[in-house]
Amino acid sequence: MATIVQFENVGLRYGLGAETLSDLSFALDEGQFYFLTGASGAGKTSLLKLLYLAQRPSRGAIRLFGTDVVTMARGRMPGFRRRIGVVFQDFRLVPHLSAQDNIALPLRIAGVPEAQLRGPVAEMLQWVGLADRAAALPATLSGGEQQRVAIARAVIGRPELLVADEPTGNVDMEMAARLITLFDALNKLGTTIVVATHDFHLLGKVNEARMMRLDRGRLVDPTGNLRHPPRIEAPQW
Amino acid sequence: MVSIAARARKPQDRLLPQGRLSGPMPWIIAIMTFLTVLAGAAGLALRQGASTLADAMANRLTVQLVEPDAADRDAASRRIQRELAAMPAIKAVRAVGQDVLARQLEPWLGRDISTADLPIPALIDVDLAVTGSAVDTATRDIEREVKAISPKAHVQAHAAYLRPVAMLVQTIGVIAFAIVTLMAVATSCAVVLAARAAHATHRDTIDIMHMLGASDRQVIRLFQRRMTRDVSFGALLGLGGALAVILLVGRSVSLIANDLVSSASLPDWGWGLLVLLPLAFVGLAWIAARQTLRRALGGSL
Repeated sequence: MATIVQFENVGLRYGLGAETLSDLSFALDEGQFYFLTGASGAGKTSLLKLLYLAQRPSRGAIRLFGTDVVTMARGRMPGFRRRIGVVFQDFRLVPHLSAQDNIALPLRIAGVPEAQLRGPVAEMLQWVGLADRAAALPATLSGGEQQRVAIARAVIGRPELLVADEPTGNVDMEMAARLITLFDALNKLGTTIVVATHDFHLLGKVNEARMMRLDRGRLVDPTGNLRHPPRIEAPQW
Repeated sequence: MVSIAARARKPQDRLLPQGRLSGPMPWIIAIMTFLTVLAGAAGLALRQGASTLADAMANRLTVQLVEPDAADRDAASRRIQRELAAMPAIKAVRAVGQDVLARQLEPWLGRDISTADLPIPALIDVDLAVTGSAVDTATRDIEREVKAISPKAHVQAHAAYLRPVAMLVQTIGVIAFAIVTLMAVATSCAVVLAARAAHATHRDTIDIMHMLGASDRQVIRLFQRRMTRDVSFGALLGLGGALAVILLVGRSVSLIANDLVSSASLPDWGWGLLVLLPLAFVGLAWIAARQTLRRALGGSL
């Protein structure tokens, strides 16, 4: 199985402060489903930022799709980012674009002709249950609806790697389960999925998922091979 | 109506909010273009006027004969006219009539004064057939010839006493072109400031686009398209206003029978240059926006 992401002794420091992430060494295999867990402030979002190239590490090496992305020139970044789908914790929808235009954004950026993106966008809206809110602006959508638009936007380009930061944080249990099933279906189509969450109910929803746990910026299970589900009802950390 | 217009726009254009005209920039550009085209027109017209005057005056001179005795003055004047008319470097010789001189003196001396009572000099206008450096040689020859006839006569080249006027006109022309240059610099600065403000305002959208795989070139193109459209609108508006003013002023100038004023007209190529000025502004804005955004985006990952 090919390695899609490789971290070697990666550390991340914001400004002159202490390291937010320290000595991260792990590999993510292509086509796998990963849950990234950890308490608030453990560094999950920072790790995801490194994964979706929003941040360069302070030290160490990161290889993405077989390429060193730490020393990579800025000009090459867009090509790599188009291979990654991101669900941001704060959704980051473009406020003046409708739900359908937000979802269509990655395809437009990739240069897909208008005629060819209407179908996939409609399909995505249907998929996340927002077909009737296609023209709605983000400000008029509920938190859960915004979350679903953000997820639809992240997956519409069929990315090779999908990174989701607390993607079910603003939806009810039923919708959370639906979204995870959605991610699972995408994963079965070959997309590597990394979902950061501290919702333990989700961890049992994907049978083949692996779990990585962060504790104060360090991986507790650096191999990333800890199989889930550990049948627990309450967090142990 | 607005939503129909918004829907009619290209999807890429919708990535940036705001309507057709973003903020005060189109209006600032319109005012700047208006002033620049007017300054340019003034500069070109004055340059043309100075050139026409110089051409008209460079090979013209006047022989002034100061002789208190009217009979001697008239005799000397006739002899000078005869001698000068025979010189090959001279195209035309015209004596200014005493009645013309009396009319010119009327505001100072009154209507009832007789030219016979006053030692009014005889004036002879001379048009030279030569140009350039040959004018100086011809002037010296004429002066020698005239002095030989009457030592009291002297020659006055028109170019000499019009030189300060020509200098003034030239200076005003240079100032006009300096204004055009300064306006171009100010326009660039306005565009740079607008581009920076637009970048700051839409930073979140730009970040999202970057994260979704947009290249700097795509982002810059988006802003450039919007800014070029705004600047073009302003430039066209300013050009239209300025051309209307120029035509109105031109019409008024044509009614004034004055050599200096009426010679200050726009040459045909000047009209073309004035139309090119706003185009140059648009090009300048395009480059300024591109460079500003490129520098601003270079700071992000």
